[in-house]
Amino acid sequence: MRHVAAMDATGQATDGGPTGFPAARIDLRAVACRRGGRVLFAGLDLTLSSGQSALVGGPNGIGKSSLLRMICGLLPVFAGSVAVAGALALADERMALDMDQPLARALSFWAGIDGHGAGGTGVADALAAMALAPLADVPVHMLSTGQRKRAVLARVIASGAPVWLLDEPANGLDTASLALLDRAMGRHLQQGGIILAASHQGLPLRETVALTLSRPVAGPDDLPDDGGEGEA
Amino acid sequence: MIAAIIRRDCARSWTGGSVVIPVIFVLMVATLIPFALGPRPTLLSATGGGMLWVAALLASLLPIDRLIEPDRESGLFDQLILRGARDETIIAAKLVAHWLNFGPPLLLACLPAAALLQLPGEVLLRLEISLLIGTPGLAALALLTATLTAGLRGSSALAGLLVLPLAVPLLIFGAGALGANSGSALKLLAASALILVAIAPFAGGAALRAGRE
Repeated sequence: MRHVAAMDATGQATDGGPTGFPAARIDLRAVACRRGGRVLFAGLDLTLSSGQSALVGGPNGIGKSSLLRMICGLLPVFAGSVAVAGALALADERMALDMDQPLARALSFWAGIDGHGAGGTGVADALAAMALAPLADVPVHMLSTGQRKRAVLARVIASGAPVWLLDEPANGLDTASLALLDRAMGRHLQQGGIILAASHQGLPLRETVALTLSRPVAGPDDLPDDGGEGEA
Repeated sequence: MIAAIIRRDCARSWTGGSVVIPVIFVLMVATLIPFALGPRPTLLSATGGGMLWVAALLASLLPIDRLIEPDRESGLFDQLILRGARDETIIAAKLVAHWLNFGPPLLLACLPAAALLQLPGEVLLRLEISLLIGTPGLAALALLTATLTAGLRGSSALAGLLVLPLAVPLLIFGAGALGANSGSALKLLAASALILVAIAPFAGGAALRAGRE
């Protein structure tokens, strides 16, 4: 397998199961990513529908984070098309939580914007799901690396968005926290959500689509079909 | 969402104490001027209004490195855009919040500062009116510069060099509005401030977008 790792949706993973987000969908067609004048990957196809997950692997710097940011619309798509149905939640290395605020209040800011009302049950549930409830009153800047990662995951859980984009979600997590992450992801998929995780290490995602990004080798057969590759 | 951003920024300024910084700065300048010019009341009351306008302009430089960069760095803007916000909307909300944290405290600070410089009452009134009209322009300029320099090293020094020349029209018309029969200066001040306020969300939004790539 070179740079194209395509896998289409193989039937609904949650046939007959409870689906809270039946319309959620990610559709990537021949997506290419260019950063700093280099094409990182090209010709990526991926379709995920409700209840499905994908794990994007590949070495450092291959464009895993860039792929997630392209899906979010934070980076322009160099070639191909990206279509997403359903709200997105992104967990990357940036916390986007106010450092001087207590954790629960910092999360409530996003809950307020997401329309669940600040201080509603969404934040409390998310804190409980990540075993952060005892730290609800601790200022964010006091949290350790692993606790910060869990706080970001709690922000994703509290968002209520059907599509989760997780960038290295397991980094810095201990065994117990990994189990929490596993449980949270399992619950989200069961509810019909979509998870697209980027990780250079394995993640405990069952029945997942595995994608490995790799650099396109220069050659005519590696050019994307729509020929958007214009690097020197 | 706009309201949430404004509320958050204001709460941060008030609890973080950054709201008093322009106040203290203007008061310190007003205290220093008599040391530099000598304590002659006629000289002070003749030059004091212009001095306070310069102080207001310099005070607008103080918060530049905290306006945009921390939120960009923390990923706040990314998350807002993910939730459907436009870059222009974010900057517009930031502009309103920044003016609320900068303009009114500055106007208040001018009251004791004017007393320190023995400004006559009508000059103080004209100073407050011209600052009321001019501070949105100063706030827009500071925010725009903060957005343009976000992510650069040594950005605060660069920001000062960018703001001061661009603020010249505001200063000319603002200080010009302190004299008698200053209606046209006020109108030109309002026009300059309006242009800056109108441009800031679009130019700042474009800068924010460009900075993401």
